[in-house]
Amino acid sequence: MSEKVLMKGNEAIAEAAIAAGCRHFFGYPITPQTEVAAYMSKRMPKVDGVYLQAESEVASINMVLGAAAAGVRVMTSTSSPGVSLMSEGISYIAGSDVPALIINVQRGGPGLGGIQPSQADYYQATKSTGHGDFHMMVLAPSTVQETVDLVAKAFDLGDKYRMPVMILSDGMLGQMMEPVQLPEPREPDNDSKEWAACGHQNKRKHNVVNSLYIDPATLEGLVKDRFERYATIQKEEQMAEEYLVDDADIVIVAYGASARVSRSAVDMARKNGIKAGLIRPITLWPFPKDVLAKAAEHVPKFLTVEMSMGQMVDDVRLAIECSRPVEFYGRTGGVIPTPMEVYDRIVKINGGEQ
Amino acid sequence: MGIKGGRPHAMTDVPLHYCPGCTHGIVHRLVGEAIDELGVEGRTVGVASVGCSVFTYNYFNCDMVQAPHGRAPAVATGIKRARPDNVVFTYQGDGDLAAIGTGETVHAATRGENIVVIFINNAIYGMTGGQMAPTTLPGQITQTTPYGRDTATAGNPLRVCELLSSVDGVALAQRVTVDNVKHVREAKKAIKKAFQYQMEGRGYCLIEVVSTCPTNWGLSPTDSLQWLRDNMLPYYPLGVYKDVGEKEAKE
Repeated sequence: MSEKVLMKGNEAIAEAAIAAGCRHFFGYPITPQTEVAAYMSKRMPKVDGVYLQAESEVASINMVLGAAAAGVRVMTSTSSPGVSLMSEGISYIAGSDVPALIINVQRGGPGLGGIQPSQADYYQATKSTGHGDFHMMVLAPSTVQETVDLVAKAFDLGDKYRMPVMILSDGMLGQMMEPVQLPEPREPDNDSKEWAACGHQNKRKHNVVNSLYIDPATLEGLVKDRFERYATIQKEEQMAEEYLVDDADIVIVAYGASARVSRSAVDMARKNGIKAGLIRPITLWPFPKDVLAKAAEHVPKFLTVEMSMGQMVDDVRLAIECSRPVEFYGRTGGVIPTPMEVYDRIVKINGGEQ
Repeated sequence: MGIKGGRPHAMTDVPLHYCPGCTHGIVHRLVGEAIDELGVEGRTVGVASVGCSVFTYNYFNCDMVQAPHGRAPAVATGIKRARPDNVVFTYQGDGDLAAIGTGETVHAATRGENIVVIFINNAIYGMTGGQMAPTTLPGQITQTTPYGRDTATAGNPLRVCELLSSVDGVALAQRVTVDNVKHVREAKKAIKKAFQYQMEGRGYCLIEVVSTCPTNWGLSPTDSLQWLRDNMLPYYPLGVYKDVGEKEAKE
């Protein structure tokens, strides 16, 4: 393990990707993720890697599709409006069963929105990234260190299940600096994918990377196969952190930047005698239903905190099958809730008096 | 007398689905022959685009990737940057290349992306049943220009070779057709040259093939070829619009 270094979230993502053996990056500048691209443009040439600035997010995701189809570890990075442009390509990546990593350093929306931190792309990431029946795995770090750790995991999960994986960051995590320990660098492994379209060298039948199936029964069969894989993922890959949940009278559910704020609010509540806890989903898809369902057996009240008008709150209600009240508190448009605001909400839900 | 020659090795035995008189089949064969003659099938990756030619992934024996509509140059860029030793070509129609994928086309060209682009221009959308293409001629009747293409409202046809000839990064931009034996031979030579240029690392090469669509033009195969000569070739003159090799030879 290397020594701890102080790094900006966006730059840490890039260095972690290189450490994970990624040598192919295609992207397009957009605030607040541009540091990922800028860092890659500086680093990739030093490690014999490929950095290419595309003419648009539409092009960059399709370059990712091409490189992924050719069997190499590949990624792109963007922010909210850029993901909208990439949604076509992500659907093709899913439909072609190739792995790729997409970073979304979220900003306020809709439209051009703003450039401050947001979590308003939860629905887009977990439910409707593009057309058709498919899912992408979505990982949501809440510290710079966790971002670093999840990059390698995201690549490995993508390879394992042959699917797109998104790291859902935000402008706060992307722009903040924290000490991080980078993992031991791994050598790139770009030659082990038997399905890759990289020239058959007259040694095998031709490989075809494709998402078109004109026969409805064939297409249905392939989609069903993919959903069997999704079922395995939902069973085996859920990740969440639990904090002071066991004796809690109220549990906050929050991810990413809003989980940091919520954790401070939980500490404030505990100091004032309120038994608050926190469940922090790390995988947003698959959603960590099991942890929530278990908590609902003894936790009487839930509060979901998001930097949006309330999106993950739907999944929380579904996970506990509406067996307990689930309140929501959120700020949006790039406004970050303060621990005090969240604490006040805890107090209110808990009976008004502190 | 049996069938002479058979298919190039670079093509599969799958029967082509194209309509009678469509020139896709000829162009597929020329690409297959070029790959055979250069001995590069084992390291070639083709990119199929959206339109009638989407099924090219079934017809070529080399590895194939199917791209979203218009994005073949970006997909090809990803493949070529990941695997510089691969020989990479795209096969795109006029809607794919000159309408929805114009941005990807111009930028792959200006980057001098080391790929071959086979561009089929038949002035109509075939797969969706005969709508206006970016290359539909003025006055031409299609399903979405039922009174003939009115350039005042529907815009003007795009001449791709002329457009790309001004772009640095383009190594070869040539317009050919396959309406007779002489032209087929010229087309073959141009396609092979494009692949050779890529192997020499010269940059983006586009071969535009002025083609027919008897079904959606509403003409017989032979009448289609005559219509191509009478209407397409005056608007889209055959010739070499850019060739870095010729420039080098002159210098």
